[in-house]
Amino acid sequence: MATTYVAPIPQLSASRAEREPSGWTSWITTTDHKRIGIMYMVTTFVFFCLGGVEALLMRLQLGAPNNTLVTPQVYNQLFTMHGTTMIFLFVVPMMAGLANYFLPLMIGARDMAFPRLNALSFWLLLAAGIVFYASIFFNAPEAGWTSYAPLSNATYSPTAGQDAWIYLIHLTGLSSILGAINFYATIANMRARGMSWGRLPLFIWAILTYSVLIIFAMPVIAGAVTLLLTDRHFGTHFYDPATGGSPLLWQNLFWFFGHPEVYIMVLPGFGIVSEILPVFARKPIFGYKAIAAATVAIAFLGFLTWAHHMFTAPIPEAILVFVMLSSYFIAVPTGVKILNWIATLWRGTIEFKTPLLFCAGFIALFLIGGISGVFLATFPVDWQLNETYFVVAHLHFVLVGGSVFTIFAAIYYWFPKMTGRMLSEGLGRLSFGLMFVGFLLTFLIQHVIGLDGMPRRVYEYDNVGNLQLYNLISTVGSFILALGVIVTIVNVARSLKVGVIAGPDPWKANTLEWFTPSPPPQNNFDVIPVVRSAEPMKDIRREVQRRTSAAGAAGGATVPAGATQVGV
Amino acid sequence: MGHLLPSTLAFFTPQSGGSPNANEIDSLYKIILVVALVVFVGVEGALAYALVRFRKRRGAVPAQIRGNTRLEVGWTVGAAVLLIAIAVITFVKLPAIQNPPNSSANGDQLASGGVLYASTERKLPPNGKALNITVIGRQFIWQYVYPGASEPDGLGAPYSYEAMVVPTDTTVTLDIVSLDVVHSWWIPELGGKFQAVPGYHNYTWFKIGKPGIYRGQCAVLCGRGHARMLATVRAVPPAQFDEWLANQKRLIAQANAAAQAERAKLHGRTGPGQVENP
Repeated sequence: MATTYVAPIPQLSASRAEREPSGWTSWITTTDHKRIGIMYMVTTFVFFCLGGVEALLMRLQLGAPNNTLVTPQVYNQLFTMHGTTMIFLFVVPMMAGLANYFLPLMIGARDMAFPRLNALSFWLLLAAGIVFYASIFFNAPEAGWTSYAPLSNATYSPTAGQDAWIYLIHLTGLSSILGAINFYATIANMRARGMSWGRLPLFIWAILTYSVLIIFAMPVIAGAVTLLLTDRHFGTHFYDPATGGSPLLWQNLFWFFGHPEVYIMVLPGFGIVSEILPVFARKPIFGYKAIAAATVAIAFLGFLTWAHHMFTAPIPEAILVFVMLSSYFIAVPTGVKILNWIATLWRGTIEFKTPLLFCAGFIALFLIGGISGVFLATFPVDWQLNETYFVVAHLHFVLVGGSVFTIFAAIYYWFPKMTGRMLSEGLGRLSFGLMFVGFLLTFLIQHVIGLDGMPRRVYEYDNVGNLQLYNLISTVGSFILALGVIVTIVNVARSLKVGVIAGPDPWKANTLEWFTPSPPPQNNFDVIPVVRSAEPMKDIRREVQRRTSAAGAAGGATVPAGATQVGV
Repeated sequence: MGHLLPSTLAFFTPQSGGSPNANEIDSLYKIILVVALVVFVGVEGALAYALVRFRKRRGAVPAQIRGNTRLEVGWTVGAAVLLIAIAVITFVKLPAIQNPPNSSANGDQLASGGVLYASTERKLPPNGKALNITVIGRQFIWQYVYPGASEPDGLGAPYSYEAMVVPTDTTVTLDIVSLDVVHSWWIPELGGKFQAVPGYHNYTWFKIGKPGIYRGQCAVLCGRGHARMLATVRAVPPAQFDEWLANQKRLIAQANAAAQAERAKLHGRTGPGQVENP
């Protein structure tokens, strides 16, 4: 540090304080990334609750063999709505909401690169949700979230619900693509001085990769559903075998998007865990470069494995073999990440706060989802497991264990920053306990249900073997899981009013969002700090400490330029 | 068939016991299960140990370690080696799962089946003889068409719905097609499932050793009746099968004749092209 000077302590910096806009119109017209982020999170959480209710209704129907609670039509609508909601209206946009709020703060920017485009992304998402859910008052779609052609064509799915589904894909897809371009542009151009690629927080690495995946994958599904739309209404025959079209074209296009979509949903979760574990283990992340590289490797390989969803379709053996190997290959960087996270905990001093509990739960559950994935990637074994409850179990271990648990970790970790108040630890632990136990009860037994021969997406089953008992266990578990979610909702509602005041940095965390007051002012930073490591907030705390002790001793301090705004 | 683990693990393994390919899939599954359990116990154990052993204690200082290249390269290579091993085992097992064996000596006496169905994907037993049944998926019932066309264009073959009857000790090859939407043929104890996709042919086989009834159902969502699109395979001794097939043929011919007579009564005419055929 060449230039040194004596700064008076405490140092005051004057800036014009603008009154925060308020009232409901200020929310509708806002282009502030934090408000948009909150609108994203609230909206998607509402959809999460709707999707959860649909899941509970399905579990009630399956709680007893040959149950007649719902008709087959309603059951098909329930799983179609559930899958579509959770993927397109909850996990993907929830990650976008978290990124919206925290990406500029974590890289030391004052807003997103294109604030108005950002607002458009949100309103498109809301429009998509409203169009889609309006269908329940007419005819909800019933061809599954995969909507395989020809089942989804005008002959076999004549109702407009299928069209509502197509519009949902179009609108959420556009919303995601615009959002992804915005994230990418923001990360590429608006990082604080000194934040090189090697100092980018791992959550931001994950969002960067998420954005690239969306930009490559979403246009494919948009094209695929456009072909479906013209097949349904404008006399084309892309998926109609009778006139030279191909139902396999749909499967290929859908899964070319569908598999990267899985990584679109879990990579941000990986990023969240990579941020939270070091904070609560009081240790740096183990293998920063390996985790960042694994993120990018997973994203690349994610585009080569889509046909493992089609192992039972009539496709050539060479493709089966290739896809099996590429799917195995993707397990390597994923496994590396899990071991890196455990190594991050190793020899730390772990504080068992709720965010850490959810992260630890995530590692435990996601590992199971990863291991069951190896069975499914082995195509002869998949011939038995494909389209059964084993797959249902696998995908929920990956997406609930991998995405939902990390989203809950993020809620508990970042709530103090967003609201200025802490969530209750007691309720947080209770929520985690209920969700973890409920999840295991619901989905562990589903592996066995699938191995016993029960296909997914059936509204009734005969009580063969122990199917009744197994399904009942699963149903009971699902309600415990739901109770856990409700406890968190109560916790949030309660803490908004009576939560303990958090202060700017309650966790003593590593990244720049904790440098701002809680909640952050509209412009985020009066002065943007210079970043000198991958853990800038740790540097700032150390500097404050050093200066405080130096000030106590000498009444002044020698500080490097760029770190002078501490304590504003 | 090679059962690697005691049968107590059947709780956590796929259905098998009806046909050699199902048994081979089951044993491949069990090999992967052993590897998976080792990894599961190892990694979950490490996680649990870390969480308990390194919880915050008074006076404990967190080790400021940022990585360990050797360790990281080590576990990357380790994971890759494990997966390569599973891939090799899969390739070793694959022929027994994919390739149908010859029928046993006491199986049904069949003519060579390789002539009519020239296809690169369809696999035949080494001697080329198999009983080929066409499995037709439609909303919401399975139809099976057996060999024995009475007319030169392949029409007039005996067929049945939902319940397939096959001879024991005989290699049965299936040609799976669909007339409407995508379905999936699956009898868990007789091996894996295969999609019936309109416009495509998909193939599998089974060879049942002991008489009995094997149940399954459509495995790909095909509409509101999906849950009720059931399938049964009834394996009977070859002599009984031949008898059943002849009887089925006779019954269909009878029904066709009756239908034709009924139509003649209704329309006062009859002619070619009105014979009911699959």
